[in-house]
Amino acid sequence: MYGLGILNGMLVTMKNLVRRPFTVRYPEERLPQHPRFRGQEFVWYVERCTGCASCAKYCPLGIIRIVTHPGGADLPEGDSYAVDVFDIDLGRCMFCGLCVEACPYDALFMGSGFEEAQYERGKLVLTVDRLKEAEKRPSTWFRPQLESRGYSPFRDPPLPWELAGREGWRYHLPQRPGSGSEAGPPDARREEAG
Amino acid sequence: MPLRTEPVTVNIGPQHPSTHGVFRMRVTFDGEVVLDVEPVFGYLHRGSEKLAEERTYTQVITLTDRLDYVASMTSNQAYVLACEQLGDIQTPERGRYLRVIAAELQRVASHLMATGFLLNDLGAFATPLMYCFREREKVLDLFEMLCGARITMTYLRVGGVFQDAPEEFWPALKRFVAEMPHYIDEYEQLLSENEILLARTRGVGVLGTGEALNCSVTGPVLRSTGFAWDLRKVDPYEVYDRLEFEVPVGEHGDNYDRYKVRILEMRQSVRILEQCLAQVPSGPVRAEVPQLYRPPPGEAYGRVESPKGELGFYLVSDGGIAPYRCKVRSPSFINLTVLRDLLVGWKLADMIVTFGSIDVNMGEVDR
Repeated sequence: MYGLGILNGMLVTMKNLVRRPFTVRYPEERLPQHPRFRGQEFVWYVERCTGCASCAKYCPLGIIRIVTHPGGADLPEGDSYAVDVFDIDLGRCMFCGLCVEACPYDALFMGSGFEEAQYERGKLVLTVDRLKEAEKRPSTWFRPQLESRGYSPFRDPPLPWELAGREGWRYHLPQRPGSGSEAGPPDARREEAG
Repeated sequence: MPLRTEPVTVNIGPQHPSTHGVFRMRVTFDGEVVLDVEPVFGYLHRGSEKLAEERTYTQVITLTDRLDYVASMTSNQAYVLACEQLGDIQTPERGRYLRVIAAELQRVASHLMATGFLLNDLGAFATPLMYCFREREKVLDLFEMLCGARITMTYLRVGGVFQDAPEEFWPALKRFVAEMPHYIDEYEQLLSENEILLARTRGVGVLGTGEALNCSVTGPVLRSTGFAWDLRKVDPYEVYDRLEFEVPVGEHGDNYDRYKVRILEMRQSVRILEQCLAQVPSGPVRAEVPQLYRPPPGEAYGRVESPKGELGFYLVSDGGIAPYRCKVRSPSFINLTVLRDLLVGWKLADMIVTFGSIDVNMGEVDR
């Protein structure tokens, strides 16, 4: 009979009319984000950074600008570089996270937010001062040491620099059903890469 | 004798709500009937192939995300497969399974979008589209767990995937695989027997197998003509030779068959995901590939069955850190070559539906 298909389809519509909505009212309510979410406001630990500029080198767009001079204020000369300028131009950033993957000292992390809209392009540049002062809520993207600890940037307090590194991380985790073992130490891979 | 009117040439697009992306058609109408179609594209040209020549092999992955931005995973996959052929790299088993899981999830997400927008083009404003997007959100949530992004993933790397899936991914994927068939049933109940949909799509925009093969059309558009050509079967890559699935084909090659083939393919994708969940081994997910990957000089062609068709990357290496040449064989672009043959003789409203049923993505067409 003609129209039966439409009636059948209307049943679906009726069913969906009475169920609870799937959507949320965004500014008041929020959907949960995964800790791996690659967000804005990069987390950068000046204490961990040596100024090697690996991140700037691996950035596909070249939007990280780093100026250093040998020896910091409280560091012996030659031990590390003092970072004078560390600008990340968020206006051009595509949040691919290759800079975070390249960082050998766990100094740079992706952020967790997504609400950094500005009215001027200039305000989108994360300067070294802004990065120093910002609240450190790093994403666990490419940081298995945070993931194995169950760190969540949305639930847990800001992470100090001592806890962010992979020094104390055991990468030979026991095998879990369904999840397999970890890929191995990312730093070992990187050393091989030279 | 029918009344003839003066032919009128109308520009549809590039900024038009019924064209998918910045696509422009110069259409000559006789009244409402299409006499001639001239597709004009290039409005989204970003020079991805040229840009790839000055980026390292890892950095190019971010460019491939932006080719087909509703199916980034399969774009990544075609590119890294070509890279691996260049350097003869063996991907660990677990990495391959994760790639297949990512690709099949992406196929579901892309077909959901194609189905929803086809109905949107038909005039069923937003309702079926929103039903499809409800499930697409779930796929995107799974992608967020895998790689922290929802659209531009950059998840795959040369030699595997960048990182293992988190623990909570597996229960979420199991839930998705269990729920998805019911949702597909819901779409079928809503749409497949709907008389308006049948009247508008059955027998409209018919494409013959011979014509499709002549134009080297691939993907659901080719399969809807009744020709079972799927690279996952014909030239199995990754672990597809170990997975059981069927290649759904249509009969007439009309708009309805293209819609139906996509629905059936989603069911097969869910089936593949189920098998992957049972088979996925433990172990490393990434081969030992340096970040500054330098393959030996040579050339390679990596191809995958992307949701739109055969997506291929042709890479030439001169031994440096960047590809010497990168050519993309994008299915959307090649599937568009049959557009004129499909449209001439049909009316304006059918033109929009037929164009939507080819499921092109302008990011991939213009590159």
